[in-house]
Amino acid sequence: MQLVLEKRAERSNTIALVSPLIAIGLTIVTMVILFAILGKNPLLALHAYFIAPLTDSYSLQEIAVKATPLVMIAIGLSLCYLAKAWNIGAEGQFLVGAVAGSWIAVKTQGTDAGAWVLPAMFVLAAAAGALYALIPAICKVKFGASEILTSLMLVYVADLFLDYLVRGPWRDPHGFNFPTTAEFDPVATVPLLIEGGRLHLGSIIALIVVAAAAILLGRTIKGFEIRVVGAAPRAARFGGFNANQLIILTFAVSGALAGLAGIIEVAGPVGHLQPGISPGYGFTAIIVAFLGRLNPLGILIAGLFLALTFIGGEQAQIAMKIPLDVTKVFQGILLFYVLACDSLILYRFKLVFPNRQVARGAG
Amino acid sequence: MELVEAIILAVLAASTPLLIAATGELVTERSGVLNLGVEGMMIVGAACGFAGAWLTGSIFIGALFGIVAGTLMSLVFALMALGLAVNQVATGLALTILGVGLSGLIGAGFVGERINPAVHLYIPGLTDIPLIGRVLFGEDAFVYFSVALVIGVWWFLYRTRPGLILRACGDNHVSAHALGYPVLRIRTFAVMFGGACAGLAGAYLPLAYTPFFIPGMTAGRGWIALALVVFSSWRPGRLVIGAYLFGAVTILQLHAQGWGVGIPSQFMSALPYLATVIVLVLLSRARTGGSTAPAALGTVFVPDR
Repeated sequence: MQLVLEKRAERSNTIALVSPLIAIGLTIVTMVILFAILGKNPLLALHAYFIAPLTDSYSLQEIAVKATPLVMIAIGLSLCYLAKAWNIGAEGQFLVGAVAGSWIAVKTQGTDAGAWVLPAMFVLAAAAGALYALIPAICKVKFGASEILTSLMLVYVADLFLDYLVRGPWRDPHGFNFPTTAEFDPVATVPLLIEGGRLHLGSIIALIVVAAAAILLGRTIKGFEIRVVGAAPRAARFGGFNANQLIILTFAVSGALAGLAGIIEVAGPVGHLQPGISPGYGFTAIIVAFLGRLNPLGILIAGLFLALTFIGGEQAQIAMKIPLDVTKVFQGILLFYVLACDSLILYRFKLVFPNRQVARGAG
Repeated sequence: MELVEAIILAVLAASTPLLIAATGELVTERSGVLNLGVEGMMIVGAACGFAGAWLTGSIFIGALFGIVAGTLMSLVFALMALGLAVNQVATGLALTILGVGLSGLIGAGFVGERINPAVHLYIPGLTDIPLIGRVLFGEDAFVYFSVALVIGVWWFLYRTRPGLILRACGDNHVSAHALGYPVLRIRTFAVMFGGACAGLAGAYLPLAYTPFFIPGMTAGRGWIALALVVFSSWRPGRLVIGAYLFGAVTILQLHAQGWGVGIPSQFMSALPYLATVIVLVLLSRARTGGSTAPAALGTVFVPDR
């Protein structure tokens, strides 16, 4: 018996729509098995993961808060991936944005700086993220160095740089030697949408980013160029589209979005700069981008779903002592199934039995 | 003199996991498959390797656990990237994300435990020779194995017929297929070899480098191994030079931190990663006369029957 792929005459749109759902279904089946192996009641565990967080207002807000950076980063990554430019260092661009924005917050701390502080932090964070993403992009375009490896290496560098700042020059003098800056001033904090709640302005910004990306990809020439360069590089060359320029552009945009997400996270839910501000948002966003089929609306839904797994994972840990790493395993398996199901869009899977090969000759 | 010897020993120890993992990935890439999941396979190898050694008390069985774990991970990759013709870059990333989660899950029970690390060779007389004695005759088995592995891979790729066929698959899978070679089967074996090496390289860390397991202990070594394959221009000989150079950078920055050079430790720790970026740029730049990468590297192949 042998698995054989048969190319479809044209891509199947039905499967393109249902494939993420099939992938989620398969992941849940796999998780049930994993929970059983870990000796946990699978039904209770699934309830803790996927139902419990949806039942109270605090958790619902928390899902939106977690989805905010995921969606923003994934939108940027989807532009890169559509153009077949492999930015996998969004985690580093996120951290660099957080650091650059925090610089203003730290320098204006305790002064009577006005309402300009937060917008300035946003602008600087986006610019820093974009510049940081341009390093691998330029190395790729000018020297042909693999952007996959360079962008990933820069994640470690950004992580160490942040670590240096909060342990060294920016450490809170009244912070009992903890590696963190002092709590940001109110003017340097992302305003909450509901008094006393968790939801903040960043979620609105994420929605604007989704809408802007939908317009860019669906309604503009640039968006068309990005899609053509990725899908049909030869056709793009004949069309006179500049692939290198698009690599630079998509990296810069995705870096800016990751940087902005970084400062929103630091100046919003976290409130100060410290190591470990990201539970791997930059990497989870890769899953979000693929699960959302590199489509802005899809990414919004996928971002909310993966945020749910973060919150559900925390609740399952508290309620059932399920290790947090199960969430990462879940996310990894989900990406596998998403990619496998995507293959169904282009191919039919067939099981072939070698002894019947002759009879099938005409097919 | 003592210090020089200590530094050389430390460099060899730091280079060995890079060399083993990169050698495996070199074979994988020579067959035309880009498996970006080295980091994921390594870290699962580290967790399983430590688990095996802790449970049985045997470093050898621990190493076997690492090899098996890495191979199993690579089989998942092979099923996806070769069986289902999924994009290799995305599949490799998925493998790394999965591996990091799995290793945390497997290793959680072993954090804080210790084992006796792999023993070092000792030949009376020879090992006691000053300066070179311990370097040549006082290493652990992994170091000797890594050297044998590179030589074996070189011999296989350039001196045997199966090696030639494997390289043919990597350079032109359509022609190899037309000649009747089972491209996908050959690539599956190459991917499995890469996985076994990555698993062993990961297992080396808790079995010989530090005698305990900590989550995330590979710290990007899998990615550096991938960069080393590019550095080597896909040639085993240059891989050795690259791996030892990177080991040297790692040890240099550790010693510089110890000597209290007035540079913050974080900047020194960032050196190996920055060096990788710089080396990739310089090498890619030097290669204007055409790429040395296997021509079919990273491309999907679906055989027509």
